[in-house]
Amino acid sequence: MVGEISDAIIRVRDITVQFGKTRILDGLNLDVKRGEILGFVGPSGAGKSVLTRTIIGLVPKVAGRIEVFGVDLDKASTTERRGVERRWGVLFQQGALFSSLTVRQNIQFPVREYLNLSQRLLDEVMVAKLGMVGLKPEVADRFPSELSGGMIKRVALARALALDPELVFLDEPTSGLDPIGAGDFDELVRTLQRTLGLTVFMVTHDLDSLYTACDRIAVLGNGKIIAAGSIADMQASQHPWLQQYFHGKRARAVMG
Amino acid sequence: MSGDPTLERIAQGNGLALCAAGSWTARFAPVLEKMVADAEKLRGSRANIFIDVSQVSKLDTFGAWLIERLRRSLTDGGIEAKIAGLSANYSSLVDEVRRVKAEPVVQARSVTITGMLEQIGRSVAGVGGTLVGLIEMLGAVLAAAGHVLIRPRGFRLTSTVHHLEQVCWRAVPIVVLITFLIGCIIAQQGIFHFRQFGADIFVVDMLGVLVLREIGVLLVAIMVAGRSGSAYTAELGSMKMREEIDALRTMGFDPIEVLILPRMLALVMALPILAFLGAMAALYGGGLVAYLYGGVEPEAFLLRLRDAISINHFIVGLIKAPVMAAVIGIVACVEGLAVQGSAESLGQHTTSSVVKGIFLVIVMDGVFAIFFASIGM
Repeated sequence: MVGEISDAIIRVRDITVQFGKTRILDGLNLDVKRGEILGFVGPSGAGKSVLTRTIIGLVPKVAGRIEVFGVDLDKASTTERRGVERRWGVLFQQGALFSSLTVRQNIQFPVREYLNLSQRLLDEVMVAKLGMVGLKPEVADRFPSELSGGMIKRVALARALALDPELVFLDEPTSGLDPIGAGDFDELVRTLQRTLGLTVFMVTHDLDSLYTACDRIAVLGNGKIIAAGSIADMQASQHPWLQQYFHGKRARAVMG
Repeated sequence: MSGDPTLERIAQGNGLALCAAGSWTARFAPVLEKMVADAEKLRGSRANIFIDVSQVSKLDTFGAWLIERLRRSLTDGGIEAKIAGLSANYSSLVDEVRRVKAEPVVQARSVTITGMLEQIGRSVAGVGGTLVGLIEMLGAVLAAAGHVLIRPRGFRLTSTVHHLEQVCWRAVPIVVLITFLIGCIIAQQGIFHFRQFGADIFVVDMLGVLVLREIGVLLVAIMVAGRSGSAYTAELGSMKMREEIDALRTMGFDPIEVLILPRMLALVMALPILAFLGAMAALYGGGLVAYLYGGVEPEAFLLRLRDAISINHFIVGLIKAPVMAAVIGIVACVEGLAVQGSAESLGQHTTSSVVKGIFLVIVMDGVFAIFFASIGM
């Protein structure tokens, strides 16, 4: 189903993940091309977040191989792994901002750990990052508990982008945002992808995001990728879940 | 990929041209910053100023910003410095950075004498607020208890039993172990020093009075404050953080009745039980040491204990226990509900729950000592 792509930035082969006796992912294969925005959909509980967390190494796998930037993460030494981790950014579903740090400190945290920069440059780049995600510099000294849901997502994205990663994982970036905010966020992801040359791996439920932001879509079902391709391919697919998903009431509303 | 970045001046008539090359990325940022600072010294009125970036092999936000910073500081006296040779890949990044406001917001961080004095003043004023908070919580808990008495179906038995298991049953091993050891130590020290006067047997008096009247209950209360008070604060605090308490309230439940009353009741029941078990363990430990170390036969120990200790000592200890439990519980719940949004706040309030709990328990013990002395118990 998934052909070999020569410049794949993520290459997932025969991944199996099991919690107790429940098999969540069963011999899953997936390639993510450099520079694309891959939308990752599937029914709730199908294991979308599990796959994301498996790729970034938060969930142990039973079998399979994961290569990111051409590095096999199982065989990589700690230094190599660090190197890979520096080159990706992750936006968690709830933002996962450090609640005891201000927005400024949250964004500067990874930079400060990895690079030895002057405070002036840190502050200036922090303002630049805030600007990129559409926030004013005034929010820099607020704490996460003083931000709205949409702002938390934006700050979390700014933190994910802090080290200028080549690859970002977005776990349901638009969930919990109003439609306009969600639309802005999709636009933002698109713009950043163009500006920074990002590769984006986006888990989403949002049909609008799929239509407006994604280059390619992969669908998860029964622990495998049941389809991957453009939005047109998805609409043409005969798979019952895809039929329902892309031709249901909400999809028709989106397509207008 | 060409490696180290460079920034060189190219002679160009009456103008200024700088040529940037190499990878302008975060990895080289410290070097780049220094180069940019050096180049900034070249500022002055010139006919035209160019920064040629066509040789830049790699550019990220840090590099783009540093070029932008250089451009801005060279833009002086009406002549705008221009960036030339920008490749299509990076033009949108440079445009993005260009929109950044020049002056980043500076963090206000100053430590002054007045600031410190203000801090002290606020903490002192805060003590009064804390007391009011505790009394408010006591009132709210009593009101909830009254409510439950009128309408017993609102009483949460399952929850109470659950908390009783957590704070009483599961605390038994550690409480018994610690009080046993303390009993051993008191007896050993007593025998060691009393032996000089040939008054070995009086160790039994000391052990009995101390354990049953003071140390037993006080020690157990301190352990409970550290073990269960902190747990209550952390539980309620994290529920507060995730808006679970607000959710309860909107569903028409009183958080005091649902969350706090069962916890308070469990604690008030648990502490006398633990204090009793603790006292027994301490007496056993003391007796064991008296026998093994001091040669006091168990029969002699028990006889002496019966003479030295009246039921009053035991009652005094047990009367104090539920009051101390209530103090610990109220402090823990007030602190739990005071938690704000951050993990740090949760930690602070858990700490202050234990600190205030232990402090108040000791104060209460002193008050009780005066009270019982004056009524002759």
